[in-house]
Amino acid sequence: MALYLALLYQPVDQYFMQPGDVPAPGERSVSPGYGEFMAEAGPAGVIKGGEALLPPEMSTTITVAGGKGGDVVVTDGPYAEAKEVLGGYFLIEAADLDDAIKWAAKIPAAWDGGKVELRPVLELNKQN
Amino acid sequence: MSDPADELALTIRVAGASVLATLTRTFGSLQLAEDAVQEAALAALRAWPQSGVPRDPRAWLLVTARNKALDIVRREAARPAKEIAASYSAPERAPDIAEAVIEMTQEAGSVRDDILRLIFTCCHPALSPEARVALSLRTLAGLDVAAIARAFGVPEQTMAKRLVRARQKIAAARIPYKVPADSELPERLPAVLAVVHLIATEAHSPSSGDAVTRIDYELEAIRLARLLSDLMPGEPEIISLLALLLLTAARRPARTRPAGAGQNGAGQDGHEPVLLRDQDRSLWDHAMIAEGTGLLAEAVRHSGGAAGPYQLQAHLSACHSTAASWEDTDWERIVSLYDLMAALGANPAVLLNRAVAVGERDGAAAMLAALDAIDGLERSYLWHAARADALARLGRAAEAGAALEAAIGLAPTGPERRLLVRRRQGLA
Repeated sequence: MALYLALLYQPVDQYFMQPGDVPAPGERSVSPGYGEFMAEAGPAGVIKGGEALLPPEMSTTITVAGGKGGDVVVTDGPYAEAKEVLGGYFLIEAADLDDAIKWAAKIPAAWDGGKVELRPVLELNKQN
Repeated sequence: MSDPADELALTIRVAGASVLATLTRTFGSLQLAEDAVQEAALAALRAWPQSGVPRDPRAWLLVTARNKALDIVRREAARPAKEIAASYSAPERAPDIAEAVIEMTQEAGSVRDDILRLIFTCCHPALSPEARVALSLRTLAGLDVAAIARAFGVPEQTMAKRLVRARQKIAAARIPYKVPADSELPERLPAVLAVVHLIATEAHSPSSGDAVTRIDYELEAIRLARLLSDLMPGEPEIISLLALLLLTAARRPARTRPAGAGQNGAGQDGHEPVLLRDQDRSLWDHAMIAEGTGLLAEAVRHSGGAAGPYQLQAHLSACHSTAASWEDTDWERIVSLYDLMAALGANPAVLLNRAVAVGERDGAAAMLAALDAIDGLERSYLWHAARADALARLGRAAEAGAALEAAIGLAPTGPERRLLVRRRQGLA
Protein backbone atom coordinates (compact mmCIF):
# COMPACT_ATOMS: atom_id res chain seq x y z
CA MET A 1 0.00 0.00 0.00
CA ALA A 2 1.12 3.56 -0.62
CA LEU A 3 0.17 6.86 0.99
CA TYR A 4 -0.83 9.91 -1.04
CA LEU A 5 -1.71 13.38 0.08
CA ALA A 6 -4.73 14.50 -1.93
CA LEU A 7 -4.55 18.30 -2.09
CA LEU A 8 -7.95 19.77 -2.81
CA TYR A 9 -7.77 22.90 -4.94
CA GLN A 10 -11.01 24.74 -5.44
CA PRO A 11 -12.16 28.12 -6.74
CA VAL A 12 -11.60 30.86 -4.12
CA ASP A 13 -15.27 31.63 -3.85
CA GLN A 14 -16.34 28.03 -3.38
CA TYR A 15 -17.14 26.05 -0.28
CA PHE A 16 -14.96 27.90 2.22
CA MET A 17 -16.40 28.34 5.67
CA GLN A 18 -15.71 31.67 7.32
CA PRO A 19 -14.06 31.89 10.75
CA GLY A 20 -17.39 32.58 12.49
CA ASP A 21 -19.37 29.85 10.74
CA VAL A 22 -20.59 27.11 13.00
CA PRO A 23 -21.10 23.79 11.27
CA ALA A 24 -24.28 21.90 12.01
CA PRO A 25 -23.81 19.14 14.60
CA GLY A 26 -22.24 16.06 13.04
CA GLU A 27 -21.81 17.79 9.67
CA ARG A 28 -18.42 19.32 8.95
CA SER A 29 -18.49 18.99 5.23
CA VAL A 30 -18.99 22.15 3.24
CA SER A 31 -20.62 20.51 0.25
CA PRO A 32 -23.14 17.69 0.21
CA GLY A 33 -20.70 15.96 -2.15
CA TYR A 34 -18.18 15.57 0.65
CA GLY A 35 -20.68 13.80 2.88
CA GLU A 36 -21.35 11.41 0.05
CA PHE A 37 -17.65 10.88 -0.62
CA MET A 38 -16.94 10.16 3.04
CA ALA A 39 -19.82 7.72 3.18
CA GLU A 40 -18.11 5.71 0.42
CA ALA A 41 -14.42 6.22 1.18
CA GLY A 42 -14.71 6.00 4.98
CA PRO A 43 -15.91 2.39 5.23
CA ALA A 44 -13.46 1.40 2.44
CA GLY A 45 -10.61 2.34 4.79
CA VAL A 46 -9.02 4.67 2.26
CA ILE A 47 -8.94 7.86 4.32
CA LYS A 48 -6.10 8.08 6.82
CA GLY A 49 -6.61 11.73 7.65
CA GLY A 50 -7.92 15.01 6.31
CA GLU A 51 -9.16 18.46 7.17
CA ALA A 52 -11.00 21.34 5.55
CA LEU A 53 -9.18 24.66 5.64
CA LEU A 54 -10.37 28.20 6.26
CA PRO A 55 -10.09 30.56 3.27
CA PRO A 56 -6.69 31.74 2.00
CA GLU A 57 -7.20 35.30 3.30
CA MET A 58 -6.72 33.73 6.72
CA SER A 59 -3.31 32.40 5.68
CA THR A 60 0.03 33.61 6.98
CA THR A 61 3.18 32.77 5.06
CA ILE A 62 6.47 32.39 6.87
CA THR A 63 10.00 32.29 5.62
CA VAL A 64 13.30 32.68 7.42
CA ALA A 65 15.63 35.04 5.60
CA GLY A 66 19.31 34.20 5.54
CA GLY A 67 19.00 30.56 6.58
CA LYS A 68 18.44 28.90 9.94
CA GLY A 69 18.27 31.35 12.83
CA GLY A 70 17.82 34.32 10.48
CA ASP A 71 15.04 36.88 10.44
CA VAL A 72 11.57 35.42 10.43
CA VAL A 73 9.67 37.10 7.58
CA VAL A 74 5.93 36.90 8.00
CA THR A 75 3.53 37.93 5.24
CA ASP A 76 -0.22 38.02 5.07
CA GLY A 77 -1.93 35.68 2.66
CA PRO A 78 -1.13 32.44 0.81
CA TYR A 79 2.22 31.48 -0.75
CA ALA A 80 0.94 32.05 -4.26
CA GLU A 81 -2.10 33.97 -5.43
CA ALA A 82 -4.25 31.83 -7.67
CA LYS A 83 -7.81 31.39 -8.81
CA GLU A 84 -7.83 27.92 -7.32
CA VAL A 85 -6.52 27.58 -3.80
CA LEU A 86 -5.86 24.80 -1.36
CA GLY A 87 -9.13 24.18 0.43
CA GLY A 88 -8.40 20.99 2.29
CA TYR A 89 -6.69 17.66 2.09
CA PHE A 90 -7.14 13.95 2.54
CA LEU A 91 -4.44 11.46 3.35
CA ILE A 92 -5.27 8.48 1.14
CA GLU A 93 -3.96 4.95 1.40
CA ALA A 94 -4.15 3.06 -1.88
CA ALA A 95 -2.62 0.02 -3.55
CA ASP A 96 -1.02 2.07 -6.33
CA LEU A 97 -1.44 5.29 -8.33
CA ASP A 98 -4.32 3.93 -10.41
CA ASP A 99 -6.19 3.04 -7.22
CA ALA A 100 -5.47 6.47 -5.74
CA ILE A 101 -6.63 8.19 -8.95
CA LYS A 102 -9.89 6.24 -8.77
CA TRP A 103 -10.59 7.67 -5.31
CA ALA A 104 -9.31 11.18 -6.11
CA ALA A 105 -11.75 11.37 -9.01
CA LYS A 106 -14.63 10.93 -6.54
CA ILE A 107 -13.63 13.92 -4.39
CA PRO A 108 -15.98 16.84 -5.15
CA ALA A 109 -13.07 19.26 -5.73
CA ALA A 110 -12.12 17.10 -8.75
CA TRP A 111 -15.53 17.22 -10.43
CA ASP A 112 -17.02 20.46 -9.14
CA GLY A 113 -14.88 23.21 -10.62
CA GLY A 114 -11.57 22.43 -8.93
CA LYS A 115 -8.70 19.98 -9.04
CA VAL A 116 -7.14 17.35 -6.84
CA GLU A 117 -3.36 16.93 -6.76
CA LEU A 118 -2.02 13.57 -5.61
CA ARG A 119 1.39 13.78 -3.97
CA PRO A 120 3.11 10.59 -2.89
CA VAL A 121 4.08 10.67 0.77
CA LEU A 122 7.73 9.99 1.59
CA GLU A 123 7.57 6.91 3.74
CA LEU A 124 10.58 6.72 6.01
CA ASN A 125 11.89 3.31 7.06
CA LYS A 126 9.31 1.65 4.93
CA GLN A 127 9.31 -2.14 5.11
CA ASN A 128 8.20 -3.76 1.92
CA MET B 1 17.90 -3.16 -43.05
CA SER B 2 20.21 -5.11 -45.30
CA ASP B 3 23.32 -4.35 -43.28
CA PRO B 4 24.07 -7.41 -41.06
CA ALA B 5 25.19 -5.14 -38.20
CA ASP B 6 21.88 -3.26 -38.37
CA GLU B 7 19.99 -6.54 -38.46
CA LEU B 8 21.83 -7.89 -35.43
CA ALA B 9 21.18 -4.67 -33.53
CA LEU B 10 17.47 -4.85 -34.40
CA THR B 11 17.22 -8.49 -33.27
CA ILE B 12 18.76 -7.53 -29.94
CA ARG B 13 16.50 -4.52 -29.55
CA VAL B 14 13.32 -6.47 -30.30
CA ALA B 15 14.17 -9.43 -28.05
CA GLY B 16 15.60 -7.07 -25.43
CA ALA B 17 12.31 -5.17 -25.07
CA SER B 18 10.42 -8.35 -24.16
CA VAL B 19 13.18 -9.45 -21.76
CA LEU B 20 13.04 -6.01 -20.14
CA ALA B 21 9.29 -6.40 -19.74
CA THR B 22 9.66 -9.75 -17.99
CA LEU B 23 12.51 -8.66 -15.73
CA THR B 24 10.66 -5.50 -14.68
CA ARG B 25 7.85 -7.72 -13.43
CA THR B 26 10.08 -10.23 -11.62
CA PHE B 27 12.42 -7.67 -10.06
CA GLY B 28 9.90 -4.87 -9.54
CA SER B 29 12.27 -2.16 -10.72
CA LEU B 30 12.36 -0.69 -14.20
CA GLN B 31 15.79 0.87 -13.61
CA LEU B 32 17.33 -2.42 -12.50
CA ALA B 33 15.80 -4.27 -15.43
CA GLU B 34 17.04 -1.63 -17.89
CA ASP B 35 20.59 -1.81 -16.57
CA ALA B 36 20.58 -5.62 -16.71
CA VAL B 37 19.18 -5.72 -20.26
CA GLN B 38 21.71 -3.11 -21.37
CA GLU B 39 24.57 -5.26 -20.08
CA ALA B 40 23.09 -8.36 -21.71
CA ALA B 41 22.70 -6.52 -25.02
CA LEU B 42 26.35 -5.50 -24.93
CA ALA B 43 27.31 -9.10 -24.22
CA ALA B 44 25.23 -10.25 -27.19
CA LEU B 45 26.82 -7.64 -29.46
CA ARG B 46 30.22 -9.04 -28.47
CA ALA B 47 29.34 -12.75 -28.63
CA TRP B 48 26.91 -13.16 -31.52
CA PRO B 49 29.05 -11.95 -34.41
CA GLN B 50 31.44 -14.84 -33.53
CA SER B 51 29.06 -17.56 -32.33
CA GLY B 52 26.16 -16.70 -34.62
CA VAL B 53 22.71 -15.57 -33.45
CA PRO B 54 21.28 -18.19 -31.07
CA ARG B 55 18.22 -20.15 -32.15
CA ASP B 56 16.17 -18.39 -29.45
CA PRO B 57 17.70 -14.92 -28.97
CA ARG B 58 15.13 -13.98 -26.34
CA ALA B 59 15.99 -16.97 -24.12
CA TRP B 60 19.72 -16.19 -24.43
CA LEU B 61 19.14 -12.55 -23.49
CA LEU B 62 16.74 -13.48 -20.68
CA VAL B 63 19.22 -15.84 -19.00
CA THR B 64 22.08 -13.38 -19.44
CA ALA B 65 20.09 -10.34 -18.27
CA ARG B 66 18.70 -12.24 -15.27
CA ASN B 67 22.21 -13.15 -14.18
CA LYS B 68 23.31 -9.55 -14.64
CA ALA B 69 20.33 -8.39 -12.57
CA LEU B 70 21.14 -10.84 -9.78
CA ASP B 71 24.75 -9.60 -9.88
CA ILE B 72 23.54 -6.03 -9.52
CA VAL B 73 21.23 -6.96 -6.63
CA ARG B 74 24.13 -8.70 -4.84
CA ARG B 75 26.41 -5.76 -5.48
CA GLU B 76 23.79 -3.34 -4.20
CA ALA B 77 23.19 -5.46 -1.09
CA ALA B 78 26.73 -4.67 -0.01
CA ARG B 79 26.04 -0.93 -0.14
CA PRO B 80 24.27 1.17 2.50
CA ALA B 81 20.50 0.98 2.12
CA LYS B 82 20.12 4.72 1.57
CA GLU B 83 22.32 4.66 -1.52
CA ILE B 84 20.39 1.77 -3.00
CA ALA B 85 17.12 3.60 -2.54
CA ALA B 86 18.61 6.52 -4.43
CA SER B 87 19.55 4.47 -7.48
CA TYR B 88 17.00 1.68 -7.56
CA SER B 89 13.60 1.89 -6.00
CA ALA B 90 13.91 -1.11 -3.73
CA PRO B 91 12.58 -4.27 -5.40
CA GLU B 92 9.17 -5.19 -4.02
CA ARG B 93 10.33 -8.74 -3.57
CA ALA B 94 13.51 -10.64 -4.17
CA PRO B 95 13.55 -12.93 -7.18
CA ASP B 96 14.20 -16.58 -6.49
CA ILE B 97 15.58 -19.44 -8.48
CA ALA B 98 12.28 -21.31 -8.75
CA GLU B 99 10.77 -18.25 -10.35
CA ALA B 100 13.68 -18.05 -12.75
CA VAL B 101 13.07 -21.61 -13.90
CA ILE B 102 9.39 -20.91 -14.40
CA GLU B 103 10.29 -17.85 -16.48
CA MET B 104 12.43 -19.93 -18.81
CA THR B 105 9.54 -22.21 -19.65
CA GLN B 106 6.80 -19.63 -19.68
CA GLU B 107 4.21 -19.56 -22.40
CA ALA B 108 3.95 -16.94 -25.09
CA GLY B 109 0.82 -15.57 -23.41
CA SER B 110 2.72 -14.37 -20.40
CA VAL B 111 5.34 -12.65 -22.56
CA ARG B 112 2.45 -10.86 -24.22
CA ASP B 113 1.15 -9.65 -20.86
CA ASP B 114 4.63 -8.54 -19.80
CA ILE B 115 5.05 -6.40 -22.91
CA LEU B 116 1.57 -4.91 -22.48
CA ARG B 117 2.39 -4.08 -18.86
CA LEU B 118 5.55 -2.32 -19.97
CA ILE B 119 3.70 -0.39 -22.67
CA PHE B 120 0.95 0.82 -20.34
CA THR B 121 3.44 1.74 -17.61
CA CYS B 122 5.66 3.74 -19.97
CA CYS B 123 2.61 5.45 -21.47
CA HIS B 124 0.81 6.16 -18.20
CA PRO B 125 -1.05 9.49 -18.32
CA ALA B 126 0.62 10.48 -15.02
CA LEU B 127 3.85 10.90 -17.05
CA SER B 128 4.32 13.91 -19.32
CA PRO B 129 3.98 13.22 -23.07
CA GLU B 130 7.71 13.93 -23.54
CA ALA B 131 8.59 11.46 -20.80
CA ARG B 132 6.26 8.83 -22.28
CA VAL B 133 7.86 9.14 -25.70
CA ALA B 134 11.39 9.05 -24.31
CA LEU B 135 10.71 6.10 -22.05
CA SER B 136 8.95 4.14 -24.78
CA LEU B 137 11.83 4.65 -27.18
CA ARG B 138 14.25 3.58 -24.48
CA THR B 139 12.36 0.51 -23.26
CA LEU B 140 10.09 -0.66 -26.08
CA ALA B 141 12.31 0.26 -29.00
CA GLY B 142 15.52 -0.41 -27.06
CA LEU B 143 17.24 2.75 -28.31
CA ASP B 144 20.12 4.34 -26.45
CA VAL B 145 19.86 7.74 -24.80
CA ALA B 146 22.15 9.43 -27.31
CA ALA B 147 19.99 8.37 -30.28
CA ILE B 148 16.77 9.49 -28.56
CA ALA B 149 18.33 12.83 -27.61
CA ARG B 150 19.41 13.43 -31.22
CA ALA B 151 15.96 12.56 -32.53
CA PHE B 152 14.36 15.24 -30.36
CA GLY B 153 17.12 17.77 -30.76
CA VAL B 154 18.02 18.02 -27.07
CA PRO B 155 21.39 17.48 -25.37
CA GLU B 156 22.04 13.91 -24.26
CA GLN B 157 22.20 15.02 -20.62
CA THR B 158 18.75 16.60 -20.83
CA MET B 159 17.31 13.38 -22.25
CA ALA B 160 19.08 11.29 -19.60
CA LYS B 161 17.60 13.48 -16.86
CA ARG B 162 14.15 13.22 -18.39
CA LEU B 163 14.42 9.42 -18.33
CA VAL B 164 15.69 9.32 -14.75
CA ARG B 165 12.87 11.57 -13.62
CA ALA B 166 10.28 9.39 -15.38
CA ARG B 167 11.60 6.21 -13.77
CA GLN B 168 11.70 7.92 -10.38
CA LYS B 169 8.11 8.98 -10.75
CA ILE B 170 7.01 5.46 -11.74
CA ALA B 171 8.65 4.13 -8.57
CA ALA B 172 7.76 6.95 -6.16
CA ALA B 173 4.16 7.53 -7.22
CA ARG B 174 3.63 3.77 -7.60
CA ILE B 175 2.51 3.79 -11.20
CA PRO B 176 1.35 0.19 -11.37
CA TYR B 177 3.00 -2.37 -13.63
CA LYS B 178 -0.17 -3.87 -14.97
CA VAL B 179 -2.45 -4.15 -17.97
CA PRO B 180 -5.51 -1.93 -17.53
CA ALA B 181 -8.89 -3.64 -17.26
CA ASP B 182 -11.01 -3.61 -20.42
CA SER B 183 -13.23 -0.96 -18.82
CA GLU B 184 -10.21 1.35 -18.40
CA LEU B 185 -8.93 0.92 -21.96
CA PRO B 186 -10.89 3.79 -23.51
CA GLU B 187 -9.11 6.11 -21.05
CA ARG B 188 -5.68 4.56 -21.26
CA LEU B 189 -5.25 3.57 -24.90
CA PRO B 190 -5.17 7.11 -26.36
CA ALA B 191 -2.01 7.94 -24.36
CA VAL B 192 -0.30 4.87 -25.85
CA LEU B 193 -1.41 5.66 -29.39
CA ALA B 194 -0.30 9.28 -29.01
CA VAL B 195 3.20 8.08 -28.13
CA VAL B 196 3.44 5.92 -31.25
CA HIS B 197 2.09 8.75 -33.40
CA LEU B 198 4.55 11.26 -31.89
CA ILE B 199 7.44 8.91 -32.63
CA ALA B 200 6.41 8.87 -36.29
CA THR B 201 5.77 12.60 -36.62
CA GLU B 202 8.08 14.36 -34.17
CA ALA B 203 11.25 12.30 -34.11
CA HIS B 204 13.75 13.54 -36.63
CA SER B 205 15.00 10.66 -38.78
CA PRO B 206 18.34 11.60 -40.24
CA SER B 207 18.41 10.82 -43.94
CA SER B 208 22.07 10.09 -43.65
CA GLY B 209 24.31 8.95 -40.86
CA ASP B 210 26.63 6.20 -39.83
CA ALA B 211 25.27 2.67 -39.54
CA VAL B 212 25.40 2.52 -35.75
CA THR B 213 23.08 5.45 -35.19
CA ARG B 214 20.83 5.23 -38.22
CA ILE B 215 17.35 4.88 -36.74
CA ASP B 216 14.31 5.21 -38.97
CA TYR B 217 11.66 6.55 -36.59
CA GLU B 218 8.80 6.29 -39.04
CA LEU B 219 9.48 2.55 -39.42
CA GLU B 220 10.09 2.32 -35.66
CA ALA B 221 6.57 3.70 -35.05
CA ILE B 222 5.11 1.26 -37.59
CA ARG B 223 6.87 -1.58 -35.78
CA LEU B 224 5.37 -0.48 -32.44
CA ALA B 225 1.91 -0.10 -33.97
CA ARG B 226 2.19 -3.62 -35.42
CA LEU B 227 3.26 -4.91 -32.00
CA LEU B 228 0.24 -3.24 -30.37
CA SER B 229 -2.08 -4.61 -33.00
CA ASP B 230 -0.68 -8.14 -32.45
CA LEU B 231 -1.01 -7.81 -28.69
CA MET B 232 -4.49 -6.31 -28.70
CA PRO B 233 -6.18 -7.59 -31.86
CA GLY B 234 -9.43 -6.03 -33.02
CA GLU B 235 -8.95 -2.60 -31.38
CA PRO B 236 -10.17 -0.25 -34.14
CA GLU B 237 -8.03 2.75 -33.14
CA ILE B 238 -4.85 0.65 -33.05
CA ILE B 239 -5.56 -0.72 -36.53
CA SER B 240 -6.42 2.79 -37.73
CA LEU B 241 -3.16 4.20 -36.40
CA LEU B 242 -1.18 1.45 -38.13
CA ALA B 243 -3.09 2.19 -41.35
CA LEU B 244 -2.40 5.92 -40.98
CA LEU B 245 1.33 5.36 -40.43
CA LEU B 246 1.57 3.07 -43.46
CA LEU B 247 -0.43 5.37 -45.72
CA THR B 248 1.77 8.30 -44.71
CA ALA B 249 5.07 6.43 -44.94
CA ALA B 250 4.10 5.16 -48.41
CA ARG B 251 4.47 8.69 -49.76
CA ARG B 252 7.95 9.04 -48.36
CA PRO B 253 9.92 8.33 -51.55
CA ALA B 254 8.24 11.37 -53.14
CA ARG B 255 8.24 13.65 -50.09
CA THR B 256 11.73 15.00 -50.71
CA ARG B 257 13.94 15.23 -53.74
CA PRO B 258 17.57 16.09 -54.33
CA ALA B 259 17.87 19.85 -54.60
CA GLY B 260 17.52 20.85 -58.24
CA ALA B 261 20.35 22.51 -60.13
CA GLY B 262 20.44 26.24 -59.47
CA GLN B 263 17.76 25.96 -56.79
CA ASN B 264 18.46 27.22 -53.33
CA GLY B 265 15.88 25.13 -51.50
CA ALA B 266 18.18 22.38 -50.35
CA GLY B 267 18.53 21.39 -46.72
CA GLN B 268 21.86 20.46 -45.22
CA ASP B 269 21.52 16.92 -46.53
CA GLY B 270 20.97 18.13 -50.09
CA HIS B 271 17.24 17.34 -50.10
CA GLU B 272 14.27 19.65 -50.31
CA PRO B 273 10.67 18.97 -49.33
CA VAL B 274 8.07 18.45 -52.06
CA LEU B 275 4.48 19.53 -51.40
CA LEU B 276 1.82 16.85 -51.72
CA ARG B 277 0.35 18.55 -54.80
CA ASP B 278 3.72 18.43 -56.59
CA GLN B 279 4.74 14.89 -55.63
CA ASP B 280 5.48 12.27 -58.28
CA ARG B 281 2.83 9.73 -57.32
CA SER B 282 4.49 6.93 -59.26
CA LEU B 283 7.20 6.98 -56.58
CA TRP B 284 4.73 6.14 -53.81
CA ASP B 285 4.94 2.67 -52.27
CA HIS B 286 1.72 1.19 -53.62
CA ALA B 287 2.05 -2.12 -51.73
CA MET B 288 2.18 -0.12 -48.50
CA ILE B 289 -0.85 1.92 -49.58
CA ALA B 290 -2.74 -1.30 -50.30
CA GLU B 291 -1.90 -2.66 -46.86
CA GLY B 292 -2.99 0.64 -45.29
CA THR B 293 -6.34 0.76 -47.05
CA GLY B 294 -6.94 -2.92 -46.24
CA LEU B 295 -6.28 -2.26 -42.56
CA LEU B 296 -8.50 0.80 -42.63
CA ALA B 297 -11.39 -1.30 -43.97
CA GLU B 298 -10.75 -3.75 -41.12
CA ALA B 299 -10.78 -0.90 -38.57
CA VAL B 300 -14.11 0.32 -39.95
CA ARG B 301 -15.59 -3.18 -39.49
CA HIS B 302 -14.38 -3.34 -35.88
CA SER B 303 -15.47 0.17 -34.94
CA GLY B 304 -19.12 -0.36 -35.82
CA GLY B 305 -19.52 3.08 -37.39
CA ALA B 306 -18.05 5.13 -34.54
CA ALA B 307 -14.85 6.47 -36.08
CA GLY B 308 -12.19 7.60 -33.62
CA PRO B 309 -9.63 10.32 -34.35
CA TYR B 310 -7.05 7.98 -35.89
CA GLN B 311 -9.63 6.37 -38.13
CA LEU B 312 -10.60 9.82 -39.45
CA GLN B 313 -6.95 10.71 -40.06
CA ALA B 314 -6.39 7.38 -41.81
CA HIS B 315 -9.41 8.03 -44.04
CA LEU B 316 -7.94 11.41 -44.95
CA SER B 317 -4.56 9.93 -45.69
CA ALA B 318 -6.19 7.18 -47.77
CA CYS B 319 -8.09 9.81 -49.79
CA HIS B 320 -4.79 11.39 -50.77
CA SER B 321 -2.84 8.16 -51.19
CA THR B 322 -5.41 6.61 -53.55
CA ALA B 323 -6.05 9.71 -55.70
CA ALA B 324 -4.48 9.63 -59.15
CA SER B 325 -3.51 13.30 -58.89
CA TRP B 326 -4.00 16.39 -56.71
CA GLU B 327 -6.84 17.53 -59.01
CA ASP B 328 -8.55 14.10 -58.95
CA THR B 329 -8.64 14.07 -55.13
CA ASP B 330 -12.11 13.65 -53.61
CA TRP B 331 -12.19 17.11 -51.97
CA GLU B 332 -15.85 16.81 -51.03
CA ARG B 333 -15.01 13.79 -48.88
CA ILE B 334 -11.91 15.43 -47.45
CA VAL B 335 -13.86 18.51 -46.37
CA SER B 336 -16.46 16.34 -44.65
CA LEU B 337 -13.72 14.30 -42.91
CA TYR B 338 -12.22 17.53 -41.57
CA ASP B 339 -15.69 18.56 -40.40
CA LEU B 340 -15.94 15.30 -38.45
CA MET B 341 -12.48 15.86 -36.97
CA ALA B 342 -13.36 19.41 -35.97
CA ALA B 343 -16.48 18.03 -34.27
CA LEU B 344 -14.27 15.74 -32.12
CA GLY B 345 -12.40 18.82 -30.89
CA ALA B 346 -11.73 21.94 -32.94
CA ASN B 347 -8.04 22.48 -33.37
CA PRO B 348 -6.69 25.29 -35.54
CA ALA B 349 -4.44 22.95 -37.57
CA VAL B 350 -7.47 20.85 -38.57
CA LEU B 351 -9.35 24.00 -39.59
CA LEU B 352 -6.36 25.18 -41.63
CA ASN B 353 -6.24 21.93 -43.60
CA ARG B 354 -9.99 22.05 -44.00
CA ALA B 355 -9.72 25.55 -45.51
CA VAL B 356 -7.20 24.29 -48.07
CA ALA B 357 -9.58 21.46 -49.00
CA VAL B 358 -12.47 23.95 -49.26
CA GLY B 359 -10.28 25.93 -51.66
CA GLU B 360 -9.84 22.90 -53.90
CA ARG B 361 -13.56 22.17 -53.81
CA ASP B 362 -15.04 25.67 -54.04
CA GLY B 363 -12.23 27.92 -55.25
CA ALA B 364 -9.82 30.48 -53.85
CA ALA B 365 -12.41 32.98 -52.58
CA ALA B 366 -14.02 30.30 -50.40
CA MET B 367 -10.57 29.22 -49.21
CA LEU B 368 -9.63 32.76 -48.16
CA ALA B 369 -12.93 33.20 -46.32
CA ALA B 370 -12.42 29.87 -44.50
CA LEU B 371 -8.85 30.85 -43.57
CA ASP B 372 -9.85 34.28 -42.28
CA ALA B 373 -12.53 32.66 -40.12
CA ILE B 374 -9.91 30.73 -38.11
CA ASP B 375 -8.80 32.29 -34.84
CA GLY B 376 -5.42 31.84 -33.23
CA LEU B 377 -3.13 31.11 -36.18
CA GLU B 378 -1.65 34.60 -36.59
CA ARG B 379 1.74 33.21 -35.51
CA SER B 380 1.59 30.18 -37.82
CA TYR B 381 3.64 30.42 -41.00
CA LEU B 382 1.44 27.74 -42.57
CA TRP B 383 -1.63 29.95 -42.16
CA HIS B 384 0.09 32.93 -43.79
CA ALA B 385 1.43 30.72 -46.59
CA ALA B 386 -2.05 29.34 -47.26
CA ARG B 387 -3.46 32.89 -47.34
CA ALA B 388 -0.73 33.89 -49.78
CA ASP B 389 -1.72 30.96 -51.99
CA ALA B 390 -5.41 31.95 -51.98
CA LEU B 391 -4.62 35.63 -52.63
CA ALA B 392 -2.29 34.78 -55.52
CA ARG B 393 -4.98 32.62 -57.10
CA LEU B 394 -7.40 35.54 -56.79
CA GLY B 395 -4.92 37.77 -58.63
CA ARG B 396 -4.26 39.93 -55.54
CA ALA B 397 -0.49 39.79 -55.98
CA ALA B 398 0.48 42.63 -53.61
CA GLU B 399 -1.49 41.12 -50.72
CA ALA B 400 -0.15 37.68 -51.57
CA GLY B 401 3.39 39.03 -51.38
CA ALA B 402 2.72 40.60 -48.00
CA ALA B 403 1.28 37.32 -46.70
CA LEU B 404 4.33 35.43 -47.95
CA GLU B 405 6.60 37.94 -46.22
CA ALA B 406 4.72 37.28 -42.98
CA ALA B 407 5.07 33.52 -43.54
CA ILE B 408 8.81 33.79 -44.21
CA GLY B 409 9.24 35.87 -41.05
CA LEU B 410 7.58 33.17 -38.94
CA ALA B 411 8.86 30.03 -40.69
CA PRO B 412 11.44 27.85 -38.99
CA THR B 413 14.82 28.04 -40.65
CA GLY B 414 15.65 25.30 -43.09
CA PRO B 415 14.05 23.83 -46.19
CA GLU B 416 10.48 24.99 -45.36
CA ARG B 417 11.62 28.58 -45.26
CA ARG B 418 13.70 28.32 -48.44
CA LEU B 419 10.65 26.91 -50.23
CA LEU B 420 8.68 30.03 -49.23
CA VAL B 421 11.47 32.31 -50.38
CA ARG B 422 11.37 30.59 -53.79
CA ARG B 423 7.62 31.07 -53.97
CA ARG B 424 8.02 34.78 -53.31
CA GLN B 425 10.56 34.98 -56.12
CA GLY B 426 8.01 33.23 -58.35
CA LEU B 427 5.37 35.84 -57.51
CA ALA B 428 7.51 38.77 -58.56
